[in-house]
Amino acid sequence: MKLEFELDTYKSEIKPTWCPGCGDYAVLNALQHALTTLQLEPWNVLIVSGIGCSSNLPHFLSTYGFHAIHGRAVAVAEGVKLANPDLHVIVTGGDGDGYGIGVGHFIHAMRRNLDLTYIVMNNEIYGLTTGQASPTSEMGMKTKSTPIVGVIENPIDPIALALSTGATYVARAFSGDVKQMSELVAKGLEHHGFSLIDALSPCVTYNKINTYDFFRKRVYDLNKEGHDPSDLKAAFMKALEWPVMQRDRIPLGLFYRNDKVPTYEDLEPAYKKGNPVKQALGVEDADEILREFL
Amino acid sequence: MSTPEIVFRIGGAAGDGVSSTAESFAKMCSRSGLHAWTYSSYQSVIRGGHVWTQVRGGNQPLLSHGTDPNVLVCLNQQTMDVHQGDVLEGGAIVFDSDLVKPDPSKLRKDVRLLGIPLRKMAQTITPTGIVRNTVALGAAVRLCDIDFRHVESAFQDIWGDKKPEVVAHNIQAAKLGVEAVQQAGGSLKLGLRFTEVPRYLMTGNEAVALGALAAGVRFHAQYPMTPASSILHWMAAHGPQRGVVVKQVEDELAAMNMAVGAGHAGVRSMVATSGGGFSLMVEAIGQAGMTETPLVAVVVQRGGPSTGLPTKTEQGDLNLVLGAGQGDWPRGILAPRNTRECFDLTAKAFNLAEVYQTPILILSDLYLGEGFRTVDKLDFNVPIVRGMMAADGGVAEGRYKRYAYTDSGVSPRVLPGTKGYQYIAATDEHMESGELISDILAGLPEFVEERRKMHEKRMRKLEGLRKDMPPPELWGSPNADLTLIHWGSTWGAAHEAIRHVEEDEGIRVNSLEFPALFPFHADETLRILKGVKKTLSMEANYTGQFARLLRAETGYKPNFTFPKYDGEPFTWREIADKILEVVA
Ligand SMILES: Cc1ncc(C[n+]2csc(CCOP(=O)(O)OP(=O)(O)O)c2C)c(N)n1
Ligand code: SF4
Ligand SMILES: [Mg+2]
Repeated sequence: MKLEFELDTYKSEIKPTWCPGCGDYAVLNALQHALTTLQLEPWNVLIVSGIGCSSNLPHFLSTYGFHAIHGRAVAVAEGVKLANPDLHVIVTGGDGDGYGIGVGHFIHAMRRNLDLTYIVMNNEIYGLTTGQASPTSEMGMKTKSTPIVGVIENPIDPIALALSTGATYVARAFSGDVKQMSELVAKGLEHHGFSLIDALSPCVTYNKINTYDFFRKRVYDLNKEGHDPSDLKAAFMKALEWPVMQRDRIPLGLFYRNDKVPTYEDLEPAYKKGNPVKQALGVEDADEILREFL
Repeated sequence: MSTPEIVFRIGGAAGDGVSSTAESFAKMCSRSGLHAWTYSSYQSVIRGGHVWTQVRGGNQPLLSHGTDPNVLVCLNQQTMDVHQGDVLEGGAIVFDSDLVKPDPSKLRKDVRLLGIPLRKMAQTITPTGIVRNTVALGAAVRLCDIDFRHVESAFQDIWGDKKPEVVAHNIQAAKLGVEAVQQAGGSLKLGLRFTEVPRYLMTGNEAVALGALAAGVRFHAQYPMTPASSILHWMAAHGPQRGVVVKQVEDELAAMNMAVGAGHAGVRSMVATSGGGFSLMVEAIGQAGMTETPLVAVVVQRGGPSTGLPTKTEQGDLNLVLGAGQGDWPRGILAPRNTRECFDLTAKAFNLAEVYQTPILILSDLYLGEGFRTVDKLDFNVPIVRGMMAADGGVAEGRYKRYAYTDSGVSPRVLPGTKGYQYIAATDEHMESGELISDILAGLPEFVEERRKMHEKRMRKLEGLRKDMPPPELWGSPNADLTLIHWGSTWGAAHEAIRHVEEDEGIRVNSLEFPALFPFHADETLRILKGVKKTLSMEANYTGQFARLLRAETGYKPNFTFPKYDGEPFTWREIADKILEVVA
């Protein structure tokens, strides 16, 4: 069958400028595959990103995009989505962008259960700024900003955070497995509600600890081990496995999915008047509004 | 001046219901056909503290909340101690005779003391005596000859059908107040003319919200902060039914970033806050400048710096909005002078934002934003101009250039969702297509040139914007001996002061005022300044932020300055005194 939108349709003329071997290539690839699988019209997709190596991603695709400031991609995306709920709004960015400077927006967007898909390219480091500690850097990790004794604070566990904050689709993927990642992204895009895909995406230049090898030795597919993604309690236990409890086994796959929670858009009263961007302007009941001031 | 007017002042502790009582009184004035103007002096505690509100009512359009009251209501001793000496000759003081003692040595001549057992009377209606203020309100209504019908209708509006017994209790209480005055000399015979034609009464913040609604706002994001919160409250109660997404967000960073997203998606989008919140929006508003995203940001100033004086007024955030954001980006700053302009300029701001694809700021303040004033009927049929669009359905030929170089600096826009025009809006420096030049191309000779051109394109928008912003106005007598220079809410007190000194002292004074602060109308201003003699610049901040802008833009330095930073609004009397001082 001939597809209306081929894989290449989603590619832009701009070539990625990431270091050779950077995990973000796989994320780009996976997202492109997911868009192709779902045959989303490129003009009805808007990808918002922040600042970081990973946040350059929207430039390499042929959809609409908004390359926002550092840490604010989620908030910008929320504004886009609320203004035009017919768009497919995807957020992409780094661990520093989403779990550090922007963590407040991340939490509140999840609690709102807005219908957004958020892909975080988590490399446990600040890549673009040449290798400082990130909120997911492990204890003891020596970086440019922690050169003496290494990191002395706990890493954020984005999966547990998402589960506790109301995200209704929570998954982890790895750049070493594009097929699984693109499936998880595609399902996240289909999901009606907030979906998080924490993508372990090695920075080959500045993170010499969390390398492809590091992950290959440790990852496993939790869904193949019988995890039931409708079970929130079990999802929590799986989330805590890494990095909170131990360092040896890292679960990948779908931790949690709940399709029964209404989205923010489902509950927003203004939509009774239609999609805001498509509404006619002007006020129909000026006299009634003014009467209250008499 | 001898035109009859009511100046009603009520004071008590926070939690005594001072402002709601005053608000009811203001409503009764406007429903009696009077012009009305209120000012509330309060603090940010919920209980305790000294709170007073003044309501001025008159047959002529008003310019300020006036100065000394002819009716003072004291709900506690502190109010009596602080305000009793202000009451005008022939005025009256209503106080709770069981709680409060006047000091006759402090009073002006002929001030009638109306000690009424407010609480005890109220307790005859409800055991808690909760309607105590209403007894006092009834007394004031009688003193000012306001028709009791307006008392009944005001209570009906507040509690309505939901709580008929509360309406009944309050009407009963007001009647007790009326009777008490009746037995103690009756009305003050202020000589006002009442009509059957009610006037519209609203705050500047409400007028901003109405202007936005008229202009078709479809997204409003805000985090609560005094004195901007009532914009959120009004929008939240009235917007959604009319299609407006109203979002209370986690912080002001979210508010601005969401507004940017919404503006980018294509709706008319706005935020409102005060200086502290705007400080958090600074990086994100620059993002709108860079991505050429339209939005309207309302900053209702309060006393700074830092948390400052949350419930007091100031004009100290001009530098903040002028300089907000790293680097240069084109912005427009409007500063409404009165309630009517809050409506008009907000509506206009949305057109400017979309035509020039950049943020437009509205700089208001607590005095203007929170004070109730009567206005003529607002016309919701405001002009709506949405700016240039590249696409009306067709597919772009070649690659669409979102940031195409144009003479005006404005590049035709498309909205996400439009087939065939996909592009990336970027906060990094970019080319006409939106492709970045910041990361790897910057510095190459070709891209040094490209950067220069793109930056000039954006900044060129200021030229058109300046032409479309309201010009400075010279108000009052030609050939005046002194010209006042001011902006924003100082307008009313300045005009009133000018009338007083002209009538009472025969000094000719006029005023130069600026409904738009940026881009600055330098040529126009210089032309006006050529024709003036001496100038006195007045603004509510320490450093003379506007005077510095004026000097930077025109080289002109005012002869005299009158800075005010005590948190209180300018009164006409202090301006008049200053005029006399500098003219002498
Ligand atoms: C407000 C602000 N602070 C700091 C920076 C500098 N900065 C740019 S990207 C970045 C961190 C990027 O890390 P991450 O989000 O993990 O992305 P990565 O490069 O690793 O993909 C920082 C600190 C900025 N652009 N803006
Ligand atoms: S620095 Fe790291 S994150 Fe950035 S492009 Fe290179 S490998 Fe990727
Ligand atoms: Mg990173």
